[in-house]
Parts: sequence; structure tokens; C-alpha cells
Amino acid sequence: MPDFGFSLSKSSSVSLDSLDLGLYGELERLEPGVKTCMACGSCSAACTASVWSGMSVRKLILNLQRGKDVEKMLGSCMLCGKCSMVCPRGINTRHLILSLCRIYKKQ
Amino acid sequence: MIYQGKQNIWSDYQKEIPHDHWFYVRSCIRQSFFPASEYFFVKIVRDLLGKDLYESKHHTTCGGIAYHCDTIPQETAMTIVARQFALMTEAGYKNLVASCITSFGNYTETLETWREFPELEARIRENLWKACRREFEKPEYVAHASDIVYMLRNEIAEKAKVRLIDKTTGEPLRIVEHIGCHYSKMFPHKGVGGAEYPCVLSGMVESWGGQVIDYPERRHCCGFGFRQYLVKANRGYSVSNTHKKFESMEPYHPDAIITNCPGCPYFLDRWQYVISEQTGKTYGRDGFGIPVFTYEELAGLVLGYDPWDLGLQVHQVAVEPFLDKLGVAYDPDAKYLGVNKEELLKPTLPTVLKCF
Repeated sequence: MPDFGFSLSKSSSVSLDSLDLGLYGELERLEPGVKTCMACGSCSAACTASVWSGMSVRKLILNLQRGKDVEKMLGSCMLCGKCSMVCPRGINTRHLILSLCRIYKKQ
Repeated sequence: MIYQGKQNIWSDYQKEIPHDHWFYVRSCIRQSFFPASEYFFVKIVRDLLGKDLYESKHHTTCGGIAYHCDTIPQETAMTIVARQFALMTEAGYKNLVASCITSFGNYTETLETWREFPELEARIRENLWKACRREFEKPEYVAHASDIVYMLRNEIAEKAKVRLIDKTTGEPLRIVEHIGCHYSKMFPHKGVGGAEYPCVLSGMVESWGGQVIDYPERRHCCGFGFRQYLVKANRGYSVSNTHKKFESMEPYHPDAIITNCPGCPYFLDRWQYVISEQTGKTYGRDGFGIPVFTYEELAGLVLGYDPWDLGLQVHQVAVEPFLDKLGVAYDPDAKYLGVNKEELLKPTLPTVLKCF
């Protein structure tokens, strides 16, 4: 193959028909507040860990809604709770993170 | 809803394109990508259909390519545009037709900006006067060349030598249309059909006997995106866009793609080679690609012009299987002969994508 100096990026398209939303469904059961998230990003803006680790509760919820694995990102959270303080929808994001940790632990 | 009400709503999506007397401005990149297209636009519109189309030898780039690459500020691009308007005014024309989609977007953006900020127009007039002692009147109408071909599609159909029909099956050929972003997405209401019913290319295909194929990523960008391609490190974005489109259209088995932008036919055509080399995949039948045509090339084929005169040999994807379906006669030995019948250099054949 000739070396073009660039290559195809992995497609980021999401097929809603073939998604496995088991993880998100389980989270919804444990922390129903996640359903009210409007992806405003206040949590990400307030996050202490985001600067050095890329932690973002908003991204975490979006990834779960797209059937993606978020275990690696969970490890970056320091459970400081700043995201809970700034959430305009009053979602208990700390409980959301802990619930996810429990789900992964069970698996 | 009453019928007249529907008619009123539909009229919002139509463009009242003037029938004659046009000042034609060519594209800077089309002349190197698909040079015969502009030649045949002039040949069809002026020589065959007898319309008044005027060109000035003093015309230059509109500055759109530099503006969209962030190498010149908008004021500079506007002053270049003002100079083109001055050339049009000096020639006594009021309708401007641009060959390039980005030029169309650039001219429209300039006029819309001046409408919102008249003081900017005054400054550009001053800049132009200081730079080259020229004055101008704003055009009464700005169209893209595909608008003109759309307007004349039925006249072209009347003179057609072949129709877009598979001669072996008698079925209409399956054509994918791809409208340039700077035509349909910057000022959607300035295009035929607006944002909801863009029909500038599908109208041509249907008039000439083909069938328009819908597919999920129909309105996705071709991938050119200026800096996406022009900066080598970003070319992965460009080819990935094209890849996404081809993956999306593949299940619908299109026979060809028709485009109205300078970049789209080039990148939809050339990236098929790159994708085939990188993934081993081709999107046409029997190892061929899907041929990509400009609307002038397709109009030329319908009107019976020689495929090699139309410049189809400069396409990466082989056009011969499409010509065979269409029933167009061509001389394979003349493919790489120039207009003066001198032998051109033959390109090296790709390893995966089947070509002649």
C-alpha cells in the first residue's frame, strides 16, 4: 500500500438500532436523575479532574447513551462533588458515579 | 390546505432565474480539475442554446479559496469581488453567473454582508477605487452555473441524443446527486428548492431520464472542507468524510454521481482510489468505482458529445462501464489523446481499483 501520509479515521457514527443500552438502563434504575440531563456541560466545566484527566460527567452520560464503555473514565473521578453543586437539573452526579462503579463491580 | 396556499408556499422554494444576458465568471480550481466542464457549459449555453453569455479576460479568482483557508481577511475577498462586479458593470451586464460553488457563496455572502452593513460596502468601494480606479453596480441577480443548466434542463432534454437509461435493461440509470455545501448550506434560500427541497441536480437527472437515489448521508459534505485537505495532516478527515458517504450509498448501487461543486467531483473521484488502496474496497460493480460527473459532463453526454472531448479521461474512476450502460460510443484508443490528437502520458494503473 502506498504511504499517503494520512489514513481513514475510525467512524464515529452511531447505529441506534444495534446499540446495547444495558448499562445505561441499569444506571437509570439506580439513579433516575440521569434522565433529566440536558448535556449543558456545567459539570464538566466545574470538574477539578477534567484538566488533567479528561473527566467529564456530560461525556460519560453521552457515551453511555451511545452504548460505549466508560470504566476508564470513572477511574479519574475524585468524588469531590463539585458537579452536583453546579448541576442546573439537580442531578446527584456523585451518586451517579458511585452507582456506575457498583454496576461495573458487579460485572 | 387549499391549493393556492400550497402554491404560495412552494413559490418560496423556487428561483426566478433570468433567462438571458449573463456575465460568466469561471472558477480557479475547476480549470485545473475538470477543465472541459466550463468549456462545455459555454458551448451548450451560448453556442447550442443561443443565450447571451459574456466572459471577460480580466476576470481573476474571487478570493473565496483563500478566504475559506483563512489566508486573507474578508475585506480583501470583498474587494476582489467588487472588482469582478466592476468588470460586469463595464461590460454592461446585470446578471452574474458563477461557475464555482464557493464563488457563488462568496458573492452571495458579500452582498448579504453589504446589505446588513452598508458602511462596509462604502469602505470596499473606496478600497477598490484606491486600488484600481474602478467603480461598480451590484448585480441584480447572482446565480450558479448549475441554476442555468437547471433552468435549461428541458431544452437540453429536447436536444438529447441519449437519455439516462440503461440500454440493456431499459431501466432508468440510478444517479446519486451531491450538491455543494457553499450552494445549499450557506444561504439555502438562494438555491433552487431551498434547504428542504434542493432540486437543482435531481431536476436535471429526472429531466434527462435518470432515477435519483436517496441514501442516509445524502447531504453530508464530500470531505474537501478546504483546510481538511490543504493541510496534509488533516487529510484523514477529508477521506473519512468521503468514506462515510460511500459506505452509506453502497447498498443502493448507484450507477453514477452528479455534482455541482469544483471540489466534490474531484474528491469523490480521487478518494475512491485512496480508499481502495487503504481498505481494499471498491464501491462500483466488478472492482470498478462509482463514476463522478460534473453536471456539464452529464449534460454533454446526454447531448451526444464525445466522452474524451468532455475530459472524462482525467477522472480517476473508469467511466467506460457507465458509457456502455448509456450506449455512448467511444474509442478506447483515443482516451489518452489530447485535443490536438497528440498522445498524452498514460497514468499508472492502481493496484485495487479497476481502471483502463
